[in-house]
Amino acid sequence: MLQFLFKRLLQAIVVMLIISLLCFSIKDNLGDPLREMTGQSVPESERVLMREEMGLNDPFLIQYGRFIKNAVQGDLGNSYFHKAPAMTVILKKLPATLELTFAATLIIVFLSIPLGVFSAIKPKHWFSKLVMAVSIIGISIPVFLTALALIYIFAVKLGWMPSFGRGEIVHIIGYWKTNFLTVDGIMHIIMPAIALSSIMLPLFIRLVRAEMLEVLSSEYVKFARAKGLSATKVYFKHALKNTMLPVITVGGVQIGIMVAYTILTESVFQWPGMGFMFLEAVNRSDIPLIVAYIMFVGFLFVVVNTLVDLLYGVINPTVNLLGKSK
Amino acid sequence: MKRKSTLLKKLNIVLMGGLMASALALTPASAKTLKLAYDADPISLDIHEQLSGGMLQLSHMTHDPLVRWTQELGFEARLATKWERVDANTVRFNLREGVKFHSGNTMTAADFKWTFDRLKTSKDFKGIFANFKDLKVVDDNTIELITDGPYPLVMHTATYIFPMDSKFFSGKTSDGKDKAEIVKDGASFASVNSSGTGPFTVSSREQGVKVVFDRFADYWDKDSKGNVSQVVMTPIKDNQTRVAALLSGDVDFIAPVAPNEFGQIEANDKVQLVTMPGTRIITFQLNQERKAEFKDAKVREAMVYAVNNVGIAQKIMKGFATPAAQMSPAGYLGHDPALTPRFDLDKAKQLMKESGFPDGFSMTMMAPNNRYVNDEKIAQAVAAMLSKINIKVDLKTMPKAQYWPEYDARAADAMMIGWHSDTEDSANFYEFLAMTPNKETGMGAYNSGNYSNKMVDETTVAANKETDDAKRAMMLMSIEKKIHDDAAYIPLHWQNLAWASRKGVNIKEIVNAMNFPYIGDLKID
Repeated sequence: MLQFLFKRLLQAIVVMLIISLLCFSIKDNLGDPLREMTGQSVPESERVLMREEMGLNDPFLIQYGRFIKNAVQGDLGNSYFHKAPAMTVILKKLPATLELTFAATLIIVFLSIPLGVFSAIKPKHWFSKLVMAVSIIGISIPVFLTALALIYIFAVKLGWMPSFGRGEIVHIIGYWKTNFLTVDGIMHIIMPAIALSSIMLPLFIRLVRAEMLEVLSSEYVKFARAKGLSATKVYFKHALKNTMLPVITVGGVQIGIMVAYTILTESVFQWPGMGFMFLEAVNRSDIPLIVAYIMFVGFLFVVVNTLVDLLYGVINPTVNLLGKSK
Repeated sequence: MKRKSTLLKKLNIVLMGGLMASALALTPASAKTLKLAYDADPISLDIHEQLSGGMLQLSHMTHDPLVRWTQELGFEARLATKWERVDANTVRFNLREGVKFHSGNTMTAADFKWTFDRLKTSKDFKGIFANFKDLKVVDDNTIELITDGPYPLVMHTATYIFPMDSKFFSGKTSDGKDKAEIVKDGASFASVNSSGTGPFTVSSREQGVKVVFDRFADYWDKDSKGNVSQVVMTPIKDNQTRVAALLSGDVDFIAPVAPNEFGQIEANDKVQLVTMPGTRIITFQLNQERKAEFKDAKVREAMVYAVNNVGIAQKIMKGFATPAAQMSPAGYLGHDPALTPRFDLDKAKQLMKESGFPDGFSMTMMAPNNRYVNDEKIAQAVAAMLSKINIKVDLKTMPKAQYWPEYDARAADAMMIGWHSDTEDSANFYEFLAMTPNKETGMGAYNSGNYSNKMVDETTVAANKETDDAKRAMMLMSIEKKIHDDAAYIPLHWQNLAWASRKGVNIKEIVNAMNFPYIGDLKID
């Protein structure tokens, strides 16, 4: 177990090194941060001076070496726009994004499993057909369109929902302020969470359905039914458990991808999370923040994958984490 | 908001409507909160850190200038009560007495001296103050601005002098840094601490999320009609979300408003739209050094005649722009009403025939796609229009972050540039866009067309020494006419400005062509 975690840590370091190298090699094409920092009428000579002071004219290897040296000490540089260490900025924005992703995951879990299972058990039922039809539409509408439609209908026309932001949040610990403890906060998170889940939900319904169908046609389920076990027991005790194995694997990776989708959702809802922060950083050529964000997301992917593997081991004890024969 | 949640628990009200009503009933009738949404929040609290629209909007909330612009582009007394020219190089200002800074310190002439010296060290502002030699303290309530020669724009520049609290910003921070230092790529004392004389103090600020301003209890301007006691400023980047936030009642005042959203606002009787002609000119520059064809005045003229900028203003900008034939907008000294848009395709074709390139040619063009209103669509339209006179345009558009390095490298034959004159004066356009590029003097820094004319260069310099407005107007108009006749560039339009608010929030009286709303004077019914 420890060996497994150690291996993953090494993997994470390698992934982040590669990402940082890639980021650094393209950073000069991300725009000129000085343009964002100075007014338009500031003479070019002043900008040249500033670029020199900030060390942006140094050769690639010197800049990269300096970055790695600081990164080893946990310093990923300062955001130009936020005027604070990039890592602090990201950690401050992280709770908002994680809460949004969590809310979307809740929606996905509580809708996809019952809907998927139902449409597998009763594939010919009109409701199953409806679910399948709606999910096809859902998967083909872009997130930002869903988000705008939600805002237009529920905030502008009906006036039931707030249109943007996080609303009233409660401080928990450190940078973590939560939406889940006030009515206002929950009202604010509903629409962004629906918009964010809208892309993944159809996928999961279909996945659960397909896996369930496969399991239902397997020998042991047929045998269990033939033995006289009740349908409910077979479906929910035996079949569902085996259905969930691949769903968790795919789910883990997909939740990681969902963090990426937050960029769109957050910018439409002005949700003050990492995704929106990243988009702004790109717009402002805030290069230290861009590099730090991409490295952080890379790290997050490794963490999520590790958690998925561990969870997989819990659900299916035959899985060997280290891939070695015992 | 805290009060709301305890109320909720106590009264166990579930309906949001009931909640809002009870919250309203508890606040005194005079206290008004303005929920304001701009597309971005101020990058810093240090008003000298960057010369940008956003920073000037902040300056007018937390600070006050010596004088400020009126809606009619006149000057209005603020911290100066009176001013007079004492000699060719000196203007004397009498200061308002008894004005307090947010820290409690009393404002004196020394604060102006300190502020002026700091402005002279600011990378962004020192250009504006280049012609100023000194700010002399005559006594506690009198100062003199001294220029290094007769300078016509002393009052224009005085709108940029917002005194900072010199006592508050003197000394060192606990970690040994100078409290007055201006840092552009990181944090400084002044970037997170503010003490001005303005109508609002900053009570809390989270970058990119929210800034809360409270009305300054000791604000000097007791005659102001403004009754806003608190401003909650939230940046909302997305144009459609910003409008949705206004329409759903989540915010009271938004800016800017994109032309595509006008319909939605006009259709709703709870909100109002306020528009105003702006002063930012949008143009294409034709690089004569890269492209030999552009050296031929006939070709340039043909291109100007081929571009239907009236059509662009109507169709692409949906009327939200004023078609231009010159750089100076109406109201500026150099504006010549006789110069009108020139679109005439037959004439353009005729001019091409007469030029050295009757069969046309190919050229490259670049434009940003997120800097100016509809910039990409405008560039595509111009490219299509030029194809009618056999000029084949290879157009490339890109986000502004990538565009500016390309612009600096003069990477295409024609480049789009929008310009707003920081001094609200015509000469600024010519200095940056029309004078011969010169690295040493810094003139023509944005003249990517490399247009060069001796008369334009000399007259612009002379106009900056002429203090007689009538004479100066003649000089500026002659420059405007010259670059018009030479077809030095392709003029498109002046971008209009738009704001929207809930009805009852009287924004019409406080907005202006410079786009810094005077929120201190905002009256909410």
